[in-house]
Amino acid sequence: MWNYEKRLEFPVNITAPNAALAQAIISQYGGPDGEMGASMRYLSQRYACPYREVAAVLTDIGTEELAHLEMVATIVHQLTKDLSMEEIEKSGFANYYVDHTVGIWPQAAGGVPFTATQFQSTGDIITDLTEDMAAEQKARTTYDNILRLVHDQEVCEPIKFLRAREIVHFQRFGEAKREDCSKCN
Amino acid sequence: MSRNYQSEQAKLLHNIDLMGFVIVEMNLYLDTHPDDTEAIDYLRHYVHMKNQAMREYASKYGPLTVSTADASDCNEWTWATSPMPWEGGCY
Repeated sequence: MWNYEKRLEFPVNITAPNAALAQAIISQYGGPDGEMGASMRYLSQRYACPYREVAAVLTDIGTEELAHLEMVATIVHQLTKDLSMEEIEKSGFANYYVDHTVGIWPQAAGGVPFTATQFQSTGDIITDLTEDMAAEQKARTTYDNILRLVHDQEVCEPIKFLRAREIVHFQRFGEAKREDCSKCN
Repeated sequence: MSRNYQSEQAKLLHNIDLMGFVIVEMNLYLDTHPDDTEAIDYLRHYVHMKNQAMREYASKYGPLTVSTADASDCNEWTWATSPMPWEGGCY
């Protein structure tokens, strides 16, 4: 069961549209290291996890990723909602626009649709947690790359928040794996 | 999270965001440190304060979550009619 709070985990208030940037940032919605894959990965891995504390980490981080998914969608929405047709044509956004107008659809920056083949749920908690730690680093790298492309403070602040959360999640998954190992002895 | 607040509503929402973040962060910490009693007390303190702020927000501006709908006596179902989080500005 989940409950919705009608607010963002961190505020997003972007006033200047930027289609090219939206097309890069949408990768963190539906791309290979995006928030959708992250959430589905952790929430799916919970069921075969034999340790309650580790299942709690997977549940709570998987839940926080849904809040991050909403933040990324909000950033893309606010960067695209007031675009002129001229900006859409000049920015390279026309390929997305023709299929989705300015609706939010999960894809990578290069246009590849979201796919569950981007993550695993192996039924082996050591394998899964090792993937989860790598996933957090890959997402952190993607946010680093996005930050090199962003020059607008209104976009930069929520992206920096999201980047910092990847580091905290990496830490918690590492602790979960240690906890796991200690109980095997 | 430094912003200029246009309204009391925006200020209260900002405080809810801050307390909400402390709770998310302490929740994750406690998942891997479940015996840290000091951390449990810290989390409980912020949960109590956030619950109070969520009820205050619901009573003044309508609920941010359906479980605080009983704190509002508005005749309109503002859960459906108030701005969505992605609309920006000081919702």
